[in-house]
Amino acid sequence: MSALLLRDLRLAFRSGGGFGLALAFFLIVATLVPFGVGADPATLARIAGGILWVGALLACLLSLDRLFQTDWEDGSLDLIATAPVPLEGAVAVKALAHWLTTGLPLTLVAPVLGVLLNLAPAAYGWLVLSLALGTPALSVIGAFGAALTVGLRRGGLLLSLLVLPLYVPTLIFGAEAVRRGAEGLDPATPMLLLAGITLGAAALLPFAAAAALRVNLR
Amino acid sequence: MSLWEYANPKRFMETSARILPWVAGLAVLTTATGLVWGFFFTPDDFRMGATVKIIFLHVPSATMATGIWFMMLIASLIWLIRRHHVSALAAKAAAPIGVTMTLIALVTGAIWGQPMWGTWWAWDPRLTAFLILFLFYLGYIALWAAVENPDTAADLTSVLCLVGSVFAVISRYAAVFWNQGLHQGASLSLDRKENVADVFWQPLVVSLVGFGLVFVALLLLGTRTEIRARRLKALIARERMA
Amino acid sequence: MPDLGKYALEVLSAYGISLLLIAGLVVLSLARAARVRRALDEAEARSRAHGR
Repeated sequence: MSALLLRDLRLAFRSGGGFGLALAFFLIVATLVPFGVGADPATLARIAGGILWVGALLACLLSLDRLFQTDWEDGSLDLIATAPVPLEGAVAVKALAHWLTTGLPLTLVAPVLGVLLNLAPAAYGWLVLSLALGTPALSVIGAFGAALTVGLRRGGLLLSLLVLPLYVPTLIFGAEAVRRGAEGLDPATPMLLLAGITLGAAALLPFAAAAALRVNLR
Repeated sequence: MSLWEYANPKRFMETSARILPWVAGLAVLTTATGLVWGFFFTPDDFRMGATVKIIFLHVPSATMATGIWFMMLIASLIWLIRRHHVSALAAKAAAPIGVTMTLIALVTGAIWGQPMWGTWWAWDPRLTAFLILFLFYLGYIALWAAVENPDTAADLTSVLCLVGSVFAVISRYAAVFWNQGLHQGASLSLDRKENVADVFWQPLVVSLVGFGLVFVALLLLGTRTEIRARRLKALIARERMA
Repeated sequence: MPDLGKYALEVLSAYGISLLLIAGLVVLSLARAARVRRALDEAEARSRAHGR
């Protein structure tokens, strides 16, 4: 399992595709928003938390279609499926690798973009914490979507149609936690619910994703 | 004689051919009765005026929208557990009906919301939940359309339906948490005190039953079409092989 | 025709759009049913013609 994790990480770094691309995309979204809504600091401060969450979510989506696709094309997915490691575990490890190469960097970069968007000072800690708690759920849910669409020729677009509605609860609780943090309210409730979603998704969705992969490998 | 005998496509085709005309006739009759009763023979509400007549479309379509998703969930489970093809094809045939019902609920809600709340759309939990349900239906239909092999498609859409159901419920409660709404509470709860007045309640139940029958009729028709399409595909594949 | 008062447009458009959507769904379902049925009949006739 750790071999699989290392392999996925090495591949992600070497190709550089998903890794830098997601961060660049995140930066561009944060840059474009003021052009769209105006540069008024008060307006930006009010929407900054939500924008950063939506941006992180979309950036996560970018590299999802490569999660299983490349392994499927060169046949290594068949090897992984027939390996002694249970496929559920392999899915969880691949989701973890995806999180380490997209979710985690996005979380670390988010405060810098928060400066650009005039995020309230009280909210920085909550922004990082909520992203750290929430982005693993995005990777696991995304792995499920990627498993469903792995054999399809034009799976990328379908993948976003399937995955984005599933992201709704994560986004609601994540953005709500940042908003409460920014307004000086207690963000504990949405934060706990967010953690609940991440834990629930990480516990259950690898089974659904592995089932979908087995169907697609038949 | 058990229910499972209808899992045999041939058996299903025979029985459905016999009952489809009756169900369709009854559906037209009941829906027409409910809507005509509601439209022509109900008084105006003292607060909402004539717009209360929209309830006879809005509540039945919204009920069907969620009910059809639930039926798809059951059918998906039956397919995953017992591998009955009719079940998977019924779930596939139900999706377009469900998406239409969701659309009707959203549109009539918007038309009703404009004069009552002064806005076409509000990010109210109920409204938001229905919009998300609409997206789920679209994703489900798109996945069916995208996968070539019918058994693979049935498996994948069933898994999606299962996971989607869980997330639909979570989204529903997340939306309640996120925003307090304008929408009123349930109009058809079992607690009669909460219900709408009797003059509206009776035609509402009739059109609710009517919409249900419309769904059953269209579902039978659609499932028959899917079974034929499946057989057609098999025949064409065999011709290519020969 | 009942007196719909100032909400005539809303009520009528709600009924109109809903009935139109249902009618559209029915027409599409029937058209697809007929199309698939015809194609299946042809395919079955072909496979019978080839013996079996």
